[in-house]
Amino acid sequence: MTGINVNLISQQKLEGLSSQEKIQYILSEIEKGEILVLEKGLTPQEQTQLIEKTMDRVDPNKFIGIEMQGYMSEKTSWLQKILGRIHPPRMTVIGPADKLKTIHKDSSMIKTQVINK
Amino acid sequence: MGVFQKIKNFSFAKKLRAIFGKKHVKIGIYGPPNVGKTTLANRIARDWSGDTLGPASEIPHETRRAKTKENIIVNDGGASLTVDIVDTPGIATKIDYHDFLSYGLSEKQARRRAKEATEGVIEAIRWLENVDGVILLMDCTQNPFTQVNITIMGNLEARELPVVIAANKIDLDQSSPATLKSAFPQHDVIPISALTGYNIDMLYSTMVDRFHKRKRRAA
Repeated sequence: MTGINVNLISQQKLEGLSSQEKIQYILSEIEKGEILVLEKGLTPQEQTQLIEKTMDRVDPNKFIGIEMQGYMSEKTSWLQKILGRIHPPRMTVIGPADKLKTIHKDSSMIKTQVINK
Repeated sequence: MGVFQKIKNFSFAKKLRAIFGKKHVKIGIYGPPNVGKTTLANRIARDWSGDTLGPASEIPHETRRAKTKENIIVNDGGASLTVDIVDTPGIATKIDYHDFLSYGLSEKQARRRAKEATEGVIEAIRWLENVDGVILLMDCTQNPFTQVNITIMGNLEARELPVVIAANKIDLDQSSPATLKSAFPQHDVIPISALTGYNIDMLYSTMVDRFHKRKRRAA
């Protein structure tokens, strides 16, 4: 029986990686066809780096890109900025765009569909 | 105009800028593909300089290289702002050449467009390093909670870049600027039609107010 793996990645797993390592890890998993649910998502800068790296790797015959959905991190107040406290990014789901589709997203729910071709 | 209205309209910062401000900023127009970025860039350029930046199209990823129009002077009646407008390629997380075939492109054309579009996305992201402010354009007939909108907004907030959200396509029956405003309650959201020019003066006034020159902080 074949299926698609959906892997929950803990905060601890990603915390031990640099931004480049995180992106490399995520992309390599996605290119294998895996869907990842990150307990703590990527920072906005990491998200744009991921999009850049994804665009570098788009291949019309093998890889059309990624589907990624999450919510904005809570805004950091000026006092928290002074204290160096940054709200961590929130739970995020990422997968290959030909296997993961977003059905609905609003301020309280993300609905996705996994496609097993 | 009544006294209360005059008091309400008085902006001390605006008056100071009108007197002292050397105001020349580079403003990027950002958003997903097909929200009307080039149509808006053309409108701004045409309204204030009589020129345009490039062709708009219903086919996604028509703009695949960033285009700049420099030294556009935007005036809101009290203060003015000199703007270099950067019309950026649409940002996307996926590009499938099959999507272009339904617009009548040959496979060869569609593949080339897809390749150029991936390069355009990278270029648009890199331009974030070089702009002083952003008009984030969204299609108010579409769900605003897209990851591209959230990623761009998160980057702008992290870089502390001033942003104006323009809710485009207000001229269409299915438009819902209220949904868009509720999605980004902490930001200025200006409903506009870049195509018809509806409410564009409000956008210009907000641009002058928000994009005055200020020191840009590193992300």
